[in-house]
Amino acid sequence: MKTNIVTYAPNAPIWQAYRNDFSILDRDVNNKPLAYLDNAASSQKPNKVIKAIVDYYEQMNANVHRGVHTLSQLSTDAFEEARKTVQFFINASSEREIVFTKGTTNAINLVAYSFGRTEIHPGDEVLISALEHHSNIVPWQMICQDKGAKLKVLPINEQGELCLDQLPSLINKKTRIVAISHVSNSLGTINPIRQIIDMAHQQDIPVLIDGAQAVPHLSVDVQALDCDFYCFSGHKMLAPTGIGVLYGKDKWLNKLTPFEGGGEMIKSVGFEHTTYNDIPFKFEAGTPHIEGVLGLAKAIEYMLDIGLKSIKAREMYLYQLAYERLAAIPGFKMIGTAKEKAPVLSFLIDNLHPYDIGVLLDKQGVAVRTGHHCTQPVMHFFNIPGTIRASFSFYNNEDDILQLDAALQKAIKLLS
Amino acid sequence: MGKCINDIQDEIIEEFELFEDWMDKYEHIVEMGKKLPVIDPAMKTEDRLIDGCQSQVWLAAHLSDGKVFYTADSDAIITRGMVSLLIRVFSGHTPDEIANAELYMVDRIGLTSHLSPTRSNGLLSMIKRMKTYAKAHLT
Repeated sequence: MKTNIVTYAPNAPIWQAYRNDFSILDRDVNNKPLAYLDNAASSQKPNKVIKAIVDYYEQMNANVHRGVHTLSQLSTDAFEEARKTVQFFINASSEREIVFTKGTTNAINLVAYSFGRTEIHPGDEVLISALEHHSNIVPWQMICQDKGAKLKVLPINEQGELCLDQLPSLINKKTRIVAISHVSNSLGTINPIRQIIDMAHQQDIPVLIDGAQAVPHLSVDVQALDCDFYCFSGHKMLAPTGIGVLYGKDKWLNKLTPFEGGGEMIKSVGFEHTTYNDIPFKFEAGTPHIEGVLGLAKAIEYMLDIGLKSIKAREMYLYQLAYERLAAIPGFKMIGTAKEKAPVLSFLIDNLHPYDIGVLLDKQGVAVRTGHHCTQPVMHFFNIPGTIRASFSFYNNEDDILQLDAALQKAIKLLS
Repeated sequence: MGKCINDIQDEIIEEFELFEDWMDKYEHIVEMGKKLPVIDPAMKTEDRLIDGCQSQVWLAAHLSDGKVFYTADSDAIITRGMVSLLIRVFSGHTPDEIANAELYMVDRIGLTSHLSPTRSNGLLSMIKRMKTYAKAHLT
């Protein structure tokens, strides 16, 4: 399912056709054409995904896993077919290992809570990295506090890369789990998670990967990675908001107790005793986000139709183009210069405040993210208030980058 | 007798009417931001800090001859410009005048977005704090 036959050149005319699938990109913002370069915060949605949501409500809306009536059957079939689509997308060994969640944050909280409840004890340690998004810090902090465990942090270097050489000294008999991002949201660093997983597994320590920033850009194979948990969100990869995925190895999902209780997740309920449903349903209490799941499946199909290899090449081409233009601006300073990077360009201009730049770019129709990007520890490490972050998707084009360049120069002129 | 709060607001609205496009308007805000007196770093304490998600604002207030005087600063220049406008409106008035003032000028000069909670530059909280200080000193 992952191998597409055609690989498109990164500047082939076909990309314009794909861009046309995103109606929102035709709108104006502040009387200027929209240059949407905030894809790492949330991607836009192609018309096919929007249509899948509308179709669901117009043609098959009914609760899943419940009724014998036709609509319920239709929606259940589509829902479970979507689970298969996700399974193939990340190459999980079974659809039982795919749990639908509200998003990455929800998935990490699920693991932190369920894993923490039985597997973390006083004096134990949880290892994260200094690159993590707040959502891969705070849930672990909370469970560590509850359990009297300690949060350890793998540091980063000036390039914004993990100090892998320090990993052996941070993993020990007390380490219960390692939780690391696949790709840094604020800097775009692609972390060597394969190596980290191997090193942790040598000591039988499970590893959770926060894949929120990876799935839109990289081909992910959870079996090849051998990670124990992999979390990601739909909304950063063309799917609706409010839907995400927790992949968990069969053995772990079976072992852990549920995060939330309610309907759907039970086998039998009595006032004395309740038995839980099988995985993945054990972790999906309540009526799920059905249209979100269907939208996610459609988004995956859409990406696979284009081809993940083509998408990656296109995005890195745009990133490189943007980098070359912006690097020519006096005072440009890239934050995060890792060798392996996703199409995320985090930067500063001299001592200008990111907020000021962000306001003036917005006035010119350019949408970027400014601030600490929910990674305050990263900003503290670089001793900066935040950065300006332009992040690229395959549907961006050369004009978006020219517009960013021109708008940025205008902003700098106004502020200097 | 100095100008009342609404006179100052009207004056600012008139000032902004001169600008034809957004560039001129923001240039003016940036200029005001640059002119705002820098406050003593020692004054930038935790209790005077309003931590916006995007930019930070420090606000200090004192009462003199029955009037409230504000000094403030921000790390972002556009926020400083906005801060300077707010100080111009509120500073030097009695607690009663400040507490009862309706701030209509921001909307009229087309800068309401800077006061939206989602912009989170600290300005909305700053106005609230300016008012709270005045209310706490009502006679």
